[in-house]
Amino acid sequence: MKVGIVQFPGSNCDEDAWFAVVDQLHEQAVMLWHKDHDLQGADVIVLPGGFSHGDYLRAGAIARFSPIMQQVAAHAERGGVVIGICNGFQIACEAQLLPGALLRNNVGYRSLSVTIRVERTDSPMTAAAPIGACLTMPIAHGEGRFTMSEAELDRLEGDGQVLFRYVNADGQPTPDANPNGSMRNIAGICNAGRNVVGLMPHPERAMEPLLGSSDGRVLFESLLVAANA
Amino acid sequence: MTFRVAVHVLPRRGILDPQGKAVCGALHSLGFAQVADVHVGRHIVIETTAESAAAASASVTAMCHKLLANPVTEDFSIASVEST
Repeated sequence: MKVGIVQFPGSNCDEDAWFAVVDQLHEQAVMLWHKDHDLQGADVIVLPGGFSHGDYLRAGAIARFSPIMQQVAAHAERGGVVIGICNGFQIACEAQLLPGALLRNNVGYRSLSVTIRVERTDSPMTAAAPIGACLTMPIAHGEGRFTMSEAELDRLEGDGQVLFRYVNADGQPTPDANPNGSMRNIAGICNAGRNVVGLMPHPERAMEPLLGSSDGRVLFESLLVAANA
Repeated sequence: MTFRVAVHVLPRRGILDPQGKAVCGALHSLGFAQVADVHVGRHIVIETTAESAAAASASVTAMCHKLLANPVTEDFSIASVEST
């Protein structure tokens, strides 16, 4: 597996994604500058967290027009795997690689450890995770409130595109467990083709016990399982 | 000709606007009990060349659809078009 990690001006989880893929999984990775026009043969594209272009206008709104996003969109169109984490999820939504929008949190900026429940295993980022698994990992964002119309949301749920929900210690998606006001406690989704995944929590920052949790590993290991399937 | 086009971008009605709610609460606590609701958005001014005011307005509308407003959650309106 070769992972291409896109660096936008203001990305700050690019090195964490590199650490997860290269240091932890011992797989290949390549850094891709946002002005590049070549994915350098990467099978999986990671849009990392950060504050691309200063989050001016709306988070992700300007990054979606970076030159490399044309290649990323073409890769997704061909069925290639694209993973958007935090700011990367916002960019993927703005680029319409994923449905919906991520609005300002209902309670301001949040930086804390959350628990998310795996809702589906038929995606490249959950293929190795048991269904219903409750994973602990950090969030750090001000604009993560997943939003779309109720009708679209019903369709998203019906098509099994909700991959992760924020849950409490009992694994239940209660209002108290929802850190940002996301509709139906949604923490991560995939597109209809199931090859583009976006999530607000940071699995790349939960790769070993020293970091407070190693629950993010199974999501990166899923990429390997999906790549070899 | 050159024009200065002003655009208002606001959260769509019915979508929770935490900034508006926070400002509304602050106004209430300052004694402005008459305030029914507050919406916080963006005011964007574009200086552009165009053949006419109508053409300037049309091109800024296209900019709103493509970049300045999120079609999922925001509404926009052209507030003014001034010849400069």
